[in-house]
Amino acid sequence: MTRVIKYVFYDILRTRFILLYTLFLLVSTIAMFQLDTDTGKVILSLMNIVLMVVPLVSIVFSTIHFFNSYEFIELLLAQPVNRKIIFLGEYFAVAFSLCFAFVAGVGLPMVLYGADASGFTLLYSGIMLTLVFVSLAFLSSVLTRDKAKAIGIALLFWFYFSLIYDGLLMWIIYTFMDYPLEKITLALVSLNPVDLARILMLLQLDISALMGYTGAFYKEFFGSNLGLIFSSLVLLVWIVIPVWGALRIFTKKDL
Amino acid sequence: MNLLKFHTTLVLCLTGISVCAKTILVDPAGSTKSIKQAITQAAAGDTILVKPGIYREGNIIVNKPLVLIGEGRPVLDGDRKYEILTIHASNVTVSGFRIISSGVSSVNDLAGIGAINTDRLVIRDNEFAETYFGIHISNSRNSIIENNRLSVSARSEYETGNGIHLWQSTQATIRNNHVTGHRDGIYFEFVTNSRIEGNTCERNQRYGLHFMFSHDDEYHRNIFRENGAGVAVMYTRNVTMTYNLFEKNWGNSVYGLLLKDISDSKVTSNRFIQNTIAIYMEGTSRTEFSENIFSSNGWGIRLQASCDANTFTRNNFMRNTFDFATNGTLVLNSINGNYWDKYQGYDLNKDGIGDVPYRPVNMYTMVVERIPTAVLLWRSFLVFLLDRAEKVFPAVTPENLKDEYPNLRPHDLST
Repeated sequence: MTRVIKYVFYDILRTRFILLYTLFLLVSTIAMFQLDTDTGKVILSLMNIVLMVVPLVSIVFSTIHFFNSYEFIELLLAQPVNRKIIFLGEYFAVAFSLCFAFVAGVGLPMVLYGADASGFTLLYSGIMLTLVFVSLAFLSSVLTRDKAKAIGIALLFWFYFSLIYDGLLMWIIYTFMDYPLEKITLALVSLNPVDLARILMLLQLDISALMGYTGAFYKEFFGSNLGLIFSSLVLLVWIVIPVWGALRIFTKKDL
Repeated sequence: MNLLKFHTTLVLCLTGISVCAKTILVDPAGSTKSIKQAITQAAAGDTILVKPGIYREGNIIVNKPLVLIGEGRPVLDGDRKYEILTIHASNVTVSGFRIISSGVSSVNDLAGIGAINTDRLVIRDNEFAETYFGIHISNSRNSIIENNRLSVSARSEYETGNGIHLWQSTQATIRNNHVTGHRDGIYFEFVTNSRIEGNTCERNQRYGLHFMFSHDDEYHRNIFRENGAGVAVMYTRNVTMTYNLFEKNWGNSVYGLLLKDISDSKVTSNRFIQNTIAIYMEGTSRTEFSENIFSSNGWGIRLQASCDANTFTRNNFMRNTFDFATNGTLVLNSINGNYWDKYQGYDLNKDGIGDVPYRPVNMYTMVVERIPTAVLLWRSFLVFLLDRAEKVFPAVTPENLKDEYPNLRPHDLST
């Protein structure tokens, strides 16, 4: 598998997209630190990048990459190599390079300019989101043979999780505002990885406001490490399930 | 000449109590073994010096002007049954004791030190532990309470009374005390012309400071931290609060500072850090809020529509989740000349003042005001879009609630 990862990794480096992505993150992070002396505000601006740009780039890049290396995959399949290994090799190579780009682009300046707990939470949620959206990209790639269609599905995923889902959630909150919604909203939030990452950040940046909640359940959830553990676990599920599904389809698929 | 000298000496000796006062020693190993006995022996103005030891004497009543001094911190133990010291006289000083385990009774308000109808009472350098009320003073004047430490390990607010409790008093000075675990740290009712300085009230069950009907009082340099419900001040006029620190008062309906029916007051140079709601105002009028720092709070200011003619100026609002929330659209208060870290305007003439007004109430604040659960969607892309739309066409937010001269840089406030 390491050999597959190595070849895919070289291939990714050759396209230079990853380097551009790293550079983009690096420049924007440094610019934000230069413009604002307040670390808290920088983290806040970076959070918008992490919640919007990182998922979008991850999912679109991974999908395009998968289809661009279709011939390479077919070539490998002609060899006595397990499909599982090829697929996971592709996945790990793409996921690793995107995570590396993110850590280098955002993490490096953050360490240089000095970051607190919220900075590390940001890095953590950025990495998790990258992994989740690479997983989703691989799922959308194996769902169809048409590249354009796959990119369409990928974009739909992104749209759904970044915007549509929150719209639905808000609608539910509005409609059922007279009922105790605490546990239900929390359950609904965990059905969306972007929201989960956002809540991880809220726990750092807006803990005072979150503590203004009714109900002991919330106080316990937000006040202890329970929130952190819970959201990490659910994010992990969000990484594993799409990859697993995609892998199942890929191993059975007639390429 | 000689005759005159003689007369002066005589007058001094007859009237000047301090000149002829004696000191009575209380020592478990000495001739006077109990404080009660010493009080019976003492004449007005005498000093009772108490040596180290544990004194279990039930309720000790001080009914004449005396100075009680504990040496090496003697312990007065109330056996969980009695009020430990009850003071009925003026010019009494109590210092250097450790006062523990008073009785618990919500009918009689038992305290570590209780005082009724006194003048010039001084309570200094004492330690209070597991007392129901710590210090309970009623109908007194010119009391000085300083450098005391009060602590209780009660689990609910029904098991404990207030730390320093004053009722119907005037010209009290409460200085450099530390109160923790009580129901209210400092409680004032009908207390006027008093100063509360340099106290620390933390982790009390209910309020760090709680006062009602206490006019013309001043609060300076106090620290109110992690109290059950923050600080509540009600039905009072002409209060001055400066250089206080309100910190980490967290929870549902927990406020850094709750103002209810307060008028003609000043809240200046205070710091509000990491409170769920830094200031909650209801029925507050003609009060000036200036040079305060609001940092990392859930809500900076929550202003109910019943407030009018208040001014907010030269405050710094930084890193709050929501700077300002209100429940009405009619604007009767002025919020000009503050620094808001969320301000995104420009300053073409470089005078340090933004050229476009800042509206601190954003649309989502109004949503959260109605549906608290909606705070979970805060900072999502959807909310960002909604807020942007609202900024362009204000529909929900009070259009006239705005800072006309927002500062571009934080005010330099040395607090």
